[in-house]
Amino acid sequence: MNLFAYLGAWAMGTFERVGRASLFLYEIVAGSGQLFRRFTLVIQQVYAVGVLTLLIIMVSGLFVGMVLGLQGYNTLVKFGAEESLGLLVSLSLVRELGPVVTALLFAGRAGSALTAEIGLMKATEQLAGMEMMAVNPVTRVIAPRFLAGVIAMPLLAAMFSAVGVLGGHLVSVGLLGVDAGSFWSQMQSGVDFYDDILNGVIKSAVFGVVVSWIAVFEGYDAVPTSEGVSRATNRTVVYSSLAVLGLDFVLTALMFKGV
Amino acid sequence: MVGKKTLEIWVGIFVAAGIAALAMLAFRVGNLTAADVVDGYKVRAYFENIGGLKVKSPVTMAGVRVGRVTEIFFDNESYRAVVVMNIDGRYRKIPKDTGASINTSGLLGEQYVGLDPGGDEEYLRDGDKITLAQSAIVLEKLVSHFLFSQAEKPPQPKK
Repeated sequence: MNLFAYLGAWAMGTFERVGRASLFLYEIVAGSGQLFRRFTLVIQQVYAVGVLTLLIIMVSGLFVGMVLGLQGYNTLVKFGAEESLGLLVSLSLVRELGPVVTALLFAGRAGSALTAEIGLMKATEQLAGMEMMAVNPVTRVIAPRFLAGVIAMPLLAAMFSAVGVLGGHLVSVGLLGVDAGSFWSQMQSGVDFYDDILNGVIKSAVFGVVVSWIAVFEGYDAVPTSEGVSRATNRTVVYSSLAVLGLDFVLTALMFKGV
Repeated sequence: MVGKKTLEIWVGIFVAAGIAALAMLAFRVGNLTAADVVDGYKVRAYFENIGGLKVKSPVTMAGVRVGRVTEIFFDNESYRAVVVMNIDGRYRKIPKDTGASINTSGLLGEQYVGLDPGGDEEYLRDGDKITLAQSAIVLEKLVSHFLFSQAEKPPQPKK
């Protein structure tokens, strides 16, 4: 009987958290309308979550592209199709790796920082202090961070893919001796702007919403102690990584059915 | 803390770099520059069998891409596959008796429609039908033809 009680408590607790998170998202979206009058708040946060994440994104993109080039070459050369290396690198980057790896890195680099920041603000009662001064912390603190994450993610993913393609070019043309002309022309004939690139951008926008949402909610919902904040930060990284990978499967199944 | 001006400059650079990356993906990686078929006109062809032809497969003439397949459906009256092709407006002087055939690029490559020009004085126009249509070669059929023709042959007398 105790087992069922635990299970019931766990299920109810989970549903309650999901419900609170959904209401919180509604509050953020409703509150972000006022932000357009004070857009500097968002710009500050774009600096924090976007510009400071740029370096890790660029470096990872470069290496992922280079590794894709090396690994793809090994398989393609068996079929005498090493000219398609550009296509392989760019399609995998634009469709999958760009959005997904960027979202995972973003969750680790920016999402955890957001949660820790908001959680500490709560633990030191800054958020309560704002409410005392009749400043809504959701519109003043949470919404700019959420919006910045949503803006930054597609841009970061695009940069990741672009740098990755350049990395793949570097390895396959410079190191493995694939013809540069066919590298680019095969890529251009195989990658479709709407089917591949735009769908990749849509994916990364969805991931941006999900990761930023989880990050700000975990921070806002954290137990206001140092242990609570560390747990919330941990949960942000775990939950957003799982959400990104799960959603990626769903989105891929919806987008690339017959293509 | 970074000053407000520097911060705005950095964010500006960030957004500009993101848009530049997207533009690079669109124009250099994707095929947005090659405006696909300009001012095209549609031609139909009826095939017995289209093999693995798909919508968006290329239509070529002497190896040069002149259009794309826009629609494929099954005609219930003639029991044939109807392939609608969008031909680029630059190539308006394709004779009326041009033949269409479904070919494969390479042994395992994708299938495409190849047009072989005829000698007619009149040219194909929007909505016209190509009468000479040669089906795709289905490898399994070819193999089974070969096997049957082998079986029908009388066994060679041994010497």
